[in-house]
Amino acid sequence: MNVRGTKLSHDEFMNQVLSVDHYPEIKYAWATGIAISKFLEGLKEGKIYGVKCDDCNRVVCPPRMFCEECFSPMVEYVELPDTGTVNTFSLAYIRTDASRRKDPEIPAVIDIDGTTISPSGFLHLLDESIPHDQIKVGMKVKAVWKPPEERKGDITDIMYFTKMEEEA
Amino acid sequence: MKNRKVGIVSVGMTKFMRRAKETPKELAYYSAKAALDDAGITRKDVDGVIIGSAPDAFDGVHQKHEYLTDGSGGFNLPAMRGYVGGGTGVFSPIQGWYSIASGMHDVVLVTTEEKMSSVLPSAQAAFNTIFDSMLERPLGPNLVWIFALEMKRYMETHGIPKEHIAAVSVKNKGNALDHPSAMLGMKLTIDDVMNSEVLAEPVHLLDISPVADGAVSFVMMSEEKIKEFGISLDDVAWVDGVGWNVDTTMWTNRDLYYPKYVEKAAKQAYNMAGQKDHSPETLRKWLSFAEPYDPFDYKELHHLEGLQLFPKGKAPEAAYEGVTARDGDFPVTPSGGLLGVGNPIAAAAGMKAAEVYLQLTGKAGKRQIPKDVTRGLAQAWGDLMQVGTVLILKGGRVE
Repeated sequence: MNVRGTKLSHDEFMNQVLSVDHYPEIKYAWATGIAISKFLEGLKEGKIYGVKCDDCNRVVCPPRMFCEECFSPMVEYVELPDTGTVNTFSLAYIRTDASRRKDPEIPAVIDIDGTTISPSGFLHLLDESIPHDQIKVGMKVKAVWKPPEERKGDITDIMYFTKMEEEA
Repeated sequence: MKNRKVGIVSVGMTKFMRRAKETPKELAYYSAKAALDDAGITRKDVDGVIIGSAPDAFDGVHQKHEYLTDGSGGFNLPAMRGYVGGGTGVFSPIQGWYSIASGMHDVVLVTTEEKMSSVLPSAQAAFNTIFDSMLERPLGPNLVWIFALEMKRYMETHGIPKEHIAAVSVKNKGNALDHPSAMLGMKLTIDDVMNSEVLAEPVHLLDISPVADGAVSFVMMSEEKIKEFGISLDDVAWVDGVGWNVDTTMWTNRDLYYPKYVEKAAKQAYNMAGQKDHSPETLRKWLSFAEPYDPFDYKELHHLEGLQLFPKGKAPEAAYEGVTARDGDFPVTPSGGLLGVGNPIAAAAGMKAAEVYLQLTGKAGKRQIPKDVTRGLAQAWGDLMQVGTVLILKGGRVE
């Protein structure tokens, strides 16, 4: 099979007539909607909200305005505990811009307590001071909040989740 | 009304490259022209054009399908883009199938194209916009994170050793040495993969496929047109089954250890092909080989299980033991896959569908599976861990 194509090095691409560049100055602001605005208001108050479906009785987090299965409205917001279980996690050495970190940050899916499906929760970060060998799938964790005056109704109002002390 | 029988009669593709001199439109022209030439027809014979390409964000060009239309042979023709993220490249020939099977078109030119080198400093900048704008982007995620989280969940659920997963990278990058479009064919050991740079545990650098520029095209025809053009059945692969399925974007509300949406897409395709027994042993006899989507090595295994080709948690051991080697009992990704040939999103999955055609028509050259092959499957996956697309082809003389 005859396969065509002309390879360029990075320098050829950047430094000759072989490229024209453009830096769009653009910014977005997203309306947070009926359900997520309620969730973000909760975070500002130090609360985690879920929502219950009237038809199937599922309690899920983060809240949504309608049940994707029943396609019924979800209107009953439920305050959930700020604790949960690590469903999965990673020791991430790669930053959002693909540059590298020496010490990893620890993204995890937190399965929030009080929901009725598993997992049901959100992406967040784990406490970087937990020794790496102690971090496990299934570990119980609790939210560590910013002080009330610093909260602004954002997912980062929770700084991270930390390991819960095991009950005696 | 009964669907008409539809066949792929030719494919064309470019090299896969980190950075191509050609524009997206020029890449599309190379592959579309090559497919037409191989079929022995011209653009005048085509009455419908399908274009597959992933997010506009890579190109920084709006409505890429309109930009790509003339390069894809669609000038002044009914042309339409389909887009389901990484699942696009397998979805595009599915679109070709239904536009012919329905009786709407007779000869369709399908082109899948991607150019990822335009976005700077890297494709990551565009990939990061996939995350939820309100709850995830403020955390500063990287695309590798969700793969790491899914891979960890998969390994943890079944107790899978990393070595068994690394065997997929070794196999696919090795198979790619025989692919003329490949950018990352190499001979590796499991230790090489295990000892490569850790990006986000458990994902290491050699577990990942490279971003790329490239294009792949197909010519698809109704049975009547195949006869009319006098095309030999040796050059035809019939569409036997198609399926696709989409889960919710709320990926933190489902268990990532298993791709349920791939199972649903696969069962749709098996049922359409008349294959009602979905047990792994039966399916591995019924299909001669598979080309599941492998942007990361564990994804090939995850998908083999979603496709019902191996029981849950059992694909890694099979890969490690060589069952899925090109000369194994059930060859998987004989092309070299995204891991070895490269991952220009829509074109990468197009390449996998093209490999099924090339194997079934005996045109895979050094990659030809060393046994009779009668039926093969290509599968792709995409968006936020949520889309499965499945295409099953059978040989031109297979009843």
